[in-house]
Amino acid sequence: MEILVCAKRVPDTSENEIELNAAGNDIERGDLVYSVNEADNYAVEEALEIVERTGGTVTVVTVGDDDDEEILRREMAMGAKQAVLLSDEAFEGSDGRGIASILAAFVRKGHYELILTGVQADDGAAQVGGMLAAMLDCPFASLVTSIEVLEGGKLKIGREIEGGNKELYEIDLPCVLSIQTGINEPRYVGMRGIRQVASVPIPTLHKADLGVNGFAGKAAARVTRTDYFTPTAGHGAEMLTGNHDEIIGKLIELLKSKGGLT
Amino acid sequence: MTPLLRGERDPRFDRPWTRLGRLLKFWFGQWRHPRYLAAGIVHIFLFAGFMVLVVHTGLFMALGTSAHPSMPGGLYAAISDYAATIVFICMMALIVRRLLKPARYAVPARYGKAHTADAIFLLALIALLMAADGVFEGSLAASQAALRVPAESLAIFSMPWILARALVSAPLPMLANLYLGAYLVHELAFFFLLCYRPFGIQFHVETSLFTVYFAKLDRGTVKPVRWGVPDDKLDQVKSFGVKTFEDFTWKHMLDFYSCADCGRCSDQCPANAVGRPLSPRFLTTKARDYAFRHYPMFGAAGNGHALVGEIYSEDEIWSCTTCGACEAECPLLVEYIDKIVDLRRGLVDDGKVPQSLQKPLKALESRGNPFGKMEKKKADWIKNNGFQQSCTVRILNGEPAADTLYFVDSITSFDDRIQAIGRATAKILDKAGENFGILGAAEKDSGHDVRRFGEETLFMALREHNTEAIQASGVRRIVTSDPHAFNALKHDYKDVPPVEHISQFMARAVREGHIKLNAVENGNNVYTYHDPCYLGRHNGVYDAPREVLDAVPGLQRVEMARSRDRSFCCGGGGLALFYEPTETERMGVKRVQMAAEAGANVIVTACPFCMVNMEDAIKVAGMEGKMAAIDLAELVEKQMR
Amino acid sequence: MARIFAYIVHKSGVADDSAAELAAAARQIDAAQSPAAVVTGWGADLDAVCESLRSTFSEVWKIAHEALAYPNAEIVRQALVNVLPAGSLVLVPHAHFGTDLSPGLSVKMKAAYVPDVVGIDGVDGAALKLVRQEFGGQLSAHIRCDISSGAVISIRPGAFKALAGGAAAGQVVDKSSSAGTLVSKRRYLETVAAETGDVDITKYPVLVSVGRGIQEPDNIPIAQELADALGGAVSCSRPVVDAKWMAKSRQVGSSGQTVKPKVYLACGISGSFQHLAGIKGNPFIVAINKNPKAPIFRAADIGIVADILEFLPELTQSIRER
Repeated sequence: MEILVCAKRVPDTSENEIELNAAGNDIERGDLVYSVNEADNYAVEEALEIVERTGGTVTVVTVGDDDDEEILRREMAMGAKQAVLLSDEAFEGSDGRGIASILAAFVRKGHYELILTGVQADDGAAQVGGMLAAMLDCPFASLVTSIEVLEGGKLKIGREIEGGNKELYEIDLPCVLSIQTGINEPRYVGMRGIRQVASVPIPTLHKADLGVNGFAGKAAARVTRTDYFTPTAGHGAEMLTGNHDEIIGKLIELLKSKGGLT
Repeated sequence: MTPLLRGERDPRFDRPWTRLGRLLKFWFGQWRHPRYLAAGIVHIFLFAGFMVLVVHTGLFMALGTSAHPSMPGGLYAAISDYAATIVFICMMALIVRRLLKPARYAVPARYGKAHTADAIFLLALIALLMAADGVFEGSLAASQAALRVPAESLAIFSMPWILARALVSAPLPMLANLYLGAYLVHELAFFFLLCYRPFGIQFHVETSLFTVYFAKLDRGTVKPVRWGVPDDKLDQVKSFGVKTFEDFTWKHMLDFYSCADCGRCSDQCPANAVGRPLSPRFLTTKARDYAFRHYPMFGAAGNGHALVGEIYSEDEIWSCTTCGACEAECPLLVEYIDKIVDLRRGLVDDGKVPQSLQKPLKALESRGNPFGKMEKKKADWIKNNGFQQSCTVRILNGEPAADTLYFVDSITSFDDRIQAIGRATAKILDKAGENFGILGAAEKDSGHDVRRFGEETLFMALREHNTEAIQASGVRRIVTSDPHAFNALKHDYKDVPPVEHISQFMARAVREGHIKLNAVENGNNVYTYHDPCYLGRHNGVYDAPREVLDAVPGLQRVEMARSRDRSFCCGGGGLALFYEPTETERMGVKRVQMAAEAGANVIVTACPFCMVNMEDAIKVAGMEGKMAAIDLAELVEKQMR
Repeated sequence: MARIFAYIVHKSGVADDSAAELAAAARQIDAAQSPAAVVTGWGADLDAVCESLRSTFSEVWKIAHEALAYPNAEIVRQALVNVLPAGSLVLVPHAHFGTDLSPGLSVKMKAAYVPDVVGIDGVDGAALKLVRQEFGGQLSAHIRCDISSGAVISIRPGAFKALAGGAAAGQVVDKSSSAGTLVSKRRYLETVAAETGDVDITKYPVLVSVGRGIQEPDNIPIAQELADALGGAVSCSRPVVDAKWMAKSRQVGSSGQTVKPKVYLACGISGSFQHLAGIKGNPFIVAINKNPKAPIFRAADIGIVADILEFLPELTQSIRER
């Protein structure tokens, strides 16, 4: 099966402190480390496992610039046979729809039976997969937690819903799936593996190669971010005092306002 | 021999005089044996007997071909008579022992069958050899007595002597038959044993000489990925680590054949004691059985099967804390850590790393520490808790240079609780008048455990970075409070200044009077010192920390039953803190219980990882209030005048 | 200003809580407009839901079709594209169903899409001003969305407070005939329930997490009752798993699960680094611990020094009595 995985390079937010930069229009990126979006990594692992069972190859693609090549290399070190960078100045400032349209243009140039994305990335939008499917007129499923290849160009997939339950669907190929973290246990990619692919050339496709429609780029973006700002933060716990009843009363109010109580 | 010829290279022919000396100590001198006193003494007698009888057996064989058969007399005869008797008695003792089955010999079902029947068979055969010898000599002496021919007098109370007395009234033809029969039995048994022994645990009789001679000389370090391939050529190596049996070096294969299956290693193994799937003994015997299956005497050799998944499980390989208790115990100097590291290298190469280890490894790659914390925060510990007011810690950045580098390493820099050890150490260095500094953000994790968990490439990157930073700082010596960093800088790193552990520094400072210690406040506390694996066992630093403790006036100290090179691992440091093994209890819990058993209520350690595990264990074991843990540096800082 | 529609998720004839929240969000977009609800489904359940929505929405567009009996987003999307007017604003709850439906819906309706909105700042010409969060909630962002060709906006559950319901004055409008032929290349098979004991703590917005302070496995039901009252799950720190009081899948920590709940109650948990490393997304952390010096109080938003064995049952009781 020919599988395409769409990946994104994101800042590592676990221990990084995400702070506003001086101008207030972006985050301070100087000290950040970047890596492939976690859910995308799970998607690549899933693709590799499917291909190990059915044959075929895994291709990884990303929209970005030279800095983003490093995640393509990492996924190649993991086992993806091919990687492609879609890069052009004209792509900058694209909103989610723009990104999806660029990817759609790339997909149309090839023949992929299965396209995977991660459920969501650093902006928590969870949108590109679904948009891509709609643009390609393919069926789509999000939050996929299991994939079984069936005969006759179909898959049996499970997607997670509330309460830990799972919906099972049969879906026709070609299709687009967004993969939830935890679907598998991604294999380790060591430094040695990455060094071994360090000099493999990664083809870059530009706007002219893709023949992109009018959704990409800053001017076409309908959703834009004006700025970032910090939500109110605190230092150390605010200690609640009083007898239990008083404390409980205050706590319940706080829980309601934070969405812990409906 | 075939597998050894197919094994990887392993240079063991260097330093012959050192090797000879160790051969004398460990092989000839049976140095490790008395660690298990009863069995050890029996073995020493056995070994001595065998040594004496080697010549005797040769001469005995020659008898069969000589026209005038006679054995040498005199002192040698007496000695060999006693030797044979002693060996016979030892055999009886050992057979009884095998039947009584000490727990250590047990073989859990999943590892295969116990070889009790086989062992008893072999022991009985040797006893038979001795008995045959006794009958041979005894019948001869009896016949000589009967014929009133001058006879060689047998050593009094030896087996031949007893048998001669017993046979004195036997008819001559019977004696003659016994004489010849005993000879035949002896030769048959001897040659049978020669052929049969390689197939079991007795092979060590032949191979032990070689195993001990070729044993590893360099403590504390790990073998390179491939001997003979320098670091910069490693890219050309197709596959890292041990994945199939043939990837082991010839010496490691020799170890598998030589193992006497005594079980002392597993007995001491802390992972084994807490129910992890690891047992060093079975690591070896499973490999040996594999070798027998795939390299039979007759038949084609089968090779190239993956070891992990077939005879080993992944959990088994990751369960090892590299504490070295197994290696410290083995009378044959069988090596384990290098094998585990090589197996891990193989797993890492294939991407088979448990998820719990992938996170810290990824963090080490991107941030230089397993916690993923930002580099710029590496030196924040010098400012926390208002420390700057009481002690200024310099961050070295070229100038002015300092004499000494305090290599802090990751956990002491980033863990809120362990930072206190860093501050205590800094205070001590300051008090002793040391001109020191730290590298700050330029310091990455020493990589000690990255290497031992099989990620050699990442380790080399960390080492390269740190070596550059250390050299750039211009320091002339290094001090650290982290035994893992200590071990790495001492053995894994090249071209860095000499390094010492803070306990050694403190011992010297106390001895020379630079640090004076106040008496303990609470004289009722009983302290015990826990030897960290990488300070004690791997580097032999046992006395310095004890010297420091004993220099505190009024400090009551007791020793745990398992101390010094028998110390029981706390649970592991570095990456071992992140791994989630299958176990029935924690090593740390067992250790604090040992401390309580020794009568202590304070456990002192000199390693940040031991500290994490001890404090954790005290809570898990519900011993809060009954046992406290303190780091040696923290204790000294508290007691410093 | 385009017409605002709120897509209503429902189950077993009952509308999801998000319905009222969407109505509130719609009011914030355009106070002058009374939003319409759009509901898909089949049979009596659908009718019951539509009826119940009349008190919140002035119009309830009902789309009944056998193919819509089970909420399969692929099919729902087709129906909505056929029924909803071009240029509409469609609000959807940002959850399992909404994220399945909305991105594709926006493309098919040729509309813009803004996911996971937590705040609405109003309209500015052809642009709608919204607030989202990024980087796991560490930062917020002001967003401008060009709504001139319509927009699909998914709303974070709980971000908007439901307004009080009014009289059941709304009208149910049957749009089923406009649904069109509904076929899908994604066919629903069945729903597999989570195994009992197989709780996935990463999917819960509220976690009642216990540590050593729970003291005995027999005390865990105390935490479970509180979790039930809050609609959450019980999770734990490593010592509880080591002691085999709870399954490994319940453990929060660097070597356990990583959770991103909205609210995290750390009960009798000391707050070790390894445990805290498993909590992401900057949730509201309430720490309850006997020890006022427990490190958890540095990481928590709210701290309560109390014995959890006494405090939790009282808290559960008070919540139930609300």
